[in-house]
Amino acid sequence: MNAAARLAWGAAGLAGLAVAWEAGHRALGPLVLPAPAETAATLTTLILSGKAGPALAVTAADALGGWLAGAMLGAALGIAGGLLPPLGAALRPVTIVILGVPPIAWVVLALLWFGPAGLSAGFTVLVTVLPIVFAGAFQGILARDPALGEMARAFGAPPLLKLRALIVPQLLDHLLPALATALAFAWKVAVMAEVLGGGTGIGGEIATARAHLDLAMTLAWVMLAVALLLACDAALLSPVRRRARGVA
Amino acid sequence: MLVFDGVTLDFGDGPVFDRFDLAVAPGRLVALLGRSGCGKTTSLRLAAGLVAPASGRVENRFRRTAMVFQEPRLLPWADATDNAAFGLAALGVGREARRARAGDLLTGFGFAPADLGKRPAELSGGMQSRVAIARAFAVEPDLVLMDEPFAALDVGLRRELQDLVRDAVERRGSAVLFVTHDVTEAIRLADRILVLSARPARVVLDAEATPTADPAAIHAAAATFLALPAARGALLER
Repeated sequence: MNAAARLAWGAAGLAGLAVAWEAGHRALGPLVLPAPAETAATLTTLILSGKAGPALAVTAADALGGWLAGAMLGAALGIAGGLLPPLGAALRPVTIVILGVPPIAWVVLALLWFGPAGLSAGFTVLVTVLPIVFAGAFQGILARDPALGEMARAFGAPPLLKLRALIVPQLLDHLLPALATALAFAWKVAVMAEVLGGGTGIGGEIATARAHLDLAMTLAWVMLAVALLLACDAALLSPVRRRARGVA
Repeated sequence: MLVFDGVTLDFGDGPVFDRFDLAVAPGRLVALLGRSGCGKTTSLRLAAGLVAPASGRVENRFRRTAMVFQEPRLLPWADATDNAAFGLAALGVGREARRARAGDLLTGFGFAPADLGKRPAELSGGMQSRVAIARAFAVEPDLVLMDEPFAALDVGLRRELQDLVRDAVERRGSAVLFVTHDVTEAIRLADRILVLSARPARVVLDAEATPTADPAAIHAAAATFLALPAARGALLER
């Protein structure tokens, strides 16, 4: 299938989703599922009134800040653990334990530690992201092909060339999917933490809309959150994904 | 000159070499024949400095050594040109210059312009082998270590690449230490043929040879060669 056909079928899938939404609205009534058009109108009002911007900024700061901190910490620990076997053996079970704690439990703990506003959402994102990125970086270092390493030695490759042409591409093979997965989690966890905190950001607005039983408003905020995730993926990760395989 | 002087090496499962001697002179293609597991590959790894002898001395006085492995060992994320240019990158040649030189070499090895930008996964086995050979010759080595580089290829392709190696050797005057277990390959390519015994490896036969591409001559020479008691004992008898 070529790119145009893929795009057309993708659009058809989204159109199908909209049709199903509209059908659900007609079958179940506006109290269960508001009309897509009504949601779109609410969304437009949200954006035009200037209410969306600050909420988006808060959620973006929570999600991206937590993701960045968790990714840097996770990658650093993963690379160090991959290079130093004893450290790796010590860190692996720790990260599995952290990964095993449900995000919702972290939200509760963070709310108790940091209070409903401020750092709690960002911290929850950080602990969710860290073990995912750690595992990717760790695997990326361990999965290096020793045959390629020997080839590089036979040609007397200096350390910098080995790093650039061998180690980084093999690391990115595992690290980039982990970063993308972690980023998708970051938005979800940030919004979830904000909803439970009942404070600021998109999550806080969703909590308010829920309190008013305003479904159109709730869905409008959800759509904004999804749009933010997609925009972020396209802007941040797609270029890296494309570039990662082009170095040598 | 490459000299092994009284080399002893043991990986823990019996000695691979016990006071092993070997010398490779400049500009000659030396074939190293022997059964699987007799230490042929290890001798190349010693020559490349990838392993050190437990005792004795490996002295590689060649200015520049390159290696072609049993498998192509290409970087999967880099295109054919960057792979062929890897050795040049290791020497510090700039990106434009090394890509130009590698591209020229690959073109001489039968690469179409469209193939130069392909990744290894998009290339056939024969094309991958060409990239590996180009990577070695790109650094203008005066010693090339080759470890059964064509063992996985079909007969027609093997002959083509053997001719390519022979041609590169004659044009550049590089010395080659060529490991193989195929007598006809050794006769086809080599100026000198060494036969190694089973472990611990010793040179049991050291014969001068004249490379030839004529199939009838290769067959006749192989029959004569295998009739020699030393060759028969090391290569055929259990």
